[in-house]
Amino acid sequence: MAKVVAVTGNEAVANALRQVNPDVCGIYPITPQTDMMQRYASFISDGKVDTEAVLVESEHSSMSACIGASAAGGRVVTATSSQGLALMWEMLHIAAGDRLPIIMPVVNRALSAPLNIHGDHSDAMGARDTGWIQIWSENGQEAYDNTIQAFRIGEHMDIRLPVMVCMDGFIISHSIERMEYLDDPEVKNFVGPFKNLYPLLDLDKPKSYGPLILTDLYHEYKRAQHEVMLKTKDVVLEVAKDFEKLSGRKYGLFESYRLEDADIALVILNSAAGTSKDVIDEFRGKGIKAGLLKPRLFRPFPYEEVAEALKNTKAVCVMDRSDSFGGYGPLFMEISSALYQLKQKPALINKIYGLGGRDYLPSHAEEVLQELHEIAQGGKLKIIKEYIGVRE
Amino acid sequence: MATPLTLKELSKKEDLLTHGHRMCSGCGAPTVVKMVLLATEHPVIAANATGCLEVSTCISEYTAWKIPWIHTAFENAAATLSGVETMYRSLKKQGKIDKDVKFIAFGGDGGTYDIGFQSLSGAMERGHDMIYVCYDNGAYMNTGIQRSSATPLGADTTTCPAGSVIPGKLRARKNLTKIMAAHNIPYTAQASPSHWMDLMKKVQKAHSYEGPKFLNIIAPCNRGWRSKTNDSILLSRLAVNTCYWPLYEIENGVTKITSTPKEKLPIADFMKPQGRFKHIFDPGNEWLLTRIQEEVDAEWEKLKYAEKCGC
Repeated sequence: MAKVVAVTGNEAVANALRQVNPDVCGIYPITPQTDMMQRYASFISDGKVDTEAVLVESEHSSMSACIGASAAGGRVVTATSSQGLALMWEMLHIAAGDRLPIIMPVVNRALSAPLNIHGDHSDAMGARDTGWIQIWSENGQEAYDNTIQAFRIGEHMDIRLPVMVCMDGFIISHSIERMEYLDDPEVKNFVGPFKNLYPLLDLDKPKSYGPLILTDLYHEYKRAQHEVMLKTKDVVLEVAKDFEKLSGRKYGLFESYRLEDADIALVILNSAAGTSKDVIDEFRGKGIKAGLLKPRLFRPFPYEEVAEALKNTKAVCVMDRSDSFGGYGPLFMEISSALYQLKQKPALINKIYGLGGRDYLPSHAEEVLQELHEIAQGGKLKIIKEYIGVRE
Repeated sequence: MATPLTLKELSKKEDLLTHGHRMCSGCGAPTVVKMVLLATEHPVIAANATGCLEVSTCISEYTAWKIPWIHTAFENAAATLSGVETMYRSLKKQGKIDKDVKFIAFGGDGGTYDIGFQSLSGAMERGHDMIYVCYDNGAYMNTGIQRSSATPLGADTTTCPAGSVIPGKLRARKNLTKIMAAHNIPYTAQASPSHWMDLMKKVQKAHSYEGPKFLNIIAPCNRGWRSKTNDSILLSRLAVNTCYWPLYEIENGVTKITSTPKEKLPIADFMKPQGRFKHIFDPGNEWLLTRIQEEVDAEWEKLKYAEKCGC
């Protein structure tokens, strides 16, 4: 029986981790994630989980210890944000290259300088090419659901890759929402026991982890990582189907909101999608066919499916909560790549919004949708990339 | 039951770092590793920092390690092994594993004194049950002899070259052994492969304690020291007999010198066979040799004093 609760995103994800009961976790404080893993530390102190924590002296050591623990053979989690994820960057590649299914909630936060503790997506976008699966979450419920599903995805015997579950710092991590928890046995049963693959602790069959590989085989190893990513979409959908049976909540590679007959569309990640949907409803009320696509699986990116979903639109705006300075926003680059394969392409613009926790307001969505509407009506596309909500 | 430290008994034991690795001829590091593993009873899991030892012992698709072994990066052998050890404790607590396992991390001085210092300090403070072994050759040898904080005063390296104005490294070594002892861990020791019995006794003693232990072991590098390939053991003995590398242990906070040279030799005896100190003997650099001798003497006196006061 599902239990309805009013909790913060951090509390919900900490609870998901408790229900999974991993063998080892790495804990290191960083705003806005701190609150999640300190809750988890209480579960350990109160004997509610079997987990042994490594209370590391940095995020670099946290990911290093997680890699050691995962290679040893068992289920491993940690969580981080912002500078912490940036400090882990070197080790993220190693976790993925060693094919270790570590699960890591990432509470998205801006990167310094200047120092800022609030939510944007610069941290996770900086980890885009590390070989981790990335799943993004609009709200606390999705963060909770995605965390539980992440174990099944990353630990799948055809995949064996680490997974980041992203949610917006403060906006989601610290806001109390109504959501539904699954029962502990349901989660335990859904996730299943951890299956080992080449554990170091199999002392009778010694393994060497982390060899030097030169020009003769490195290229092949990297292709193998690419190929396993290609299989991931199917596993994500298969796990989502099982999860729907359990929870009644449906997940895909992305969410399409009123997109079927849409002329104009926003593509937007995480919490700002919620605000945007309200404004899309208003535009629909005015007779303007607006829709929204909210990516869920960002790595691997479902290019074909996204192109299919947007193929009948006339104008699309990709909203980025991070920037690749001197380039387009990282989400824009993906959507642009996806749409390039279409014969008939919609007009495509890029707005950078909400950096360092700057509020994303319904009025911002209105302005963007109005601009898209004008472009769809045959108006001129004035500028491809632009910052919105900026104080001049 | 630990293997008796006699050549007869030790010769019956399997080498856990096997032949076929690609360390340089005359390198001290594999000798150190073999001695450490010979003094270790099975089962044991090792972690390795990036460095000569790591790149030369596990080149895909071969490995020289007959024990479970993990390398992840340069600065984190202690953190990586702390994760392995934590998983072991978790599974043991849950009844999923019943064997007693030992854990040893190996790192060079670059990966230990410098870039891995934070990770090492953290792992020691957290109390993981492991021995961290630093094989100290006094520079970043794997990348081609660059200065580290273990590089001795006056040494010529590629990043502190002995030039016409600056005669090599102008700073003394960091005393890492003492810094590790200051973590109040049960056992810290300094050893040398020239004194193999002393080295292996220290390994056995370290294993007898639960919790974090640190061994600093000198490992001559003929490439970086500019010495003869057959002089590794000779040089590690001279390091001990000149008191450049005193053999001592700090057990539960009590310092003990485990081998005192019969005759304390001048530091020049250790330096002369090494090309990295050649310039020290040039006219005009006498002051530097004097300073080096003074620093060695002062450290040796401090150590004797620490032993005398039981601290």
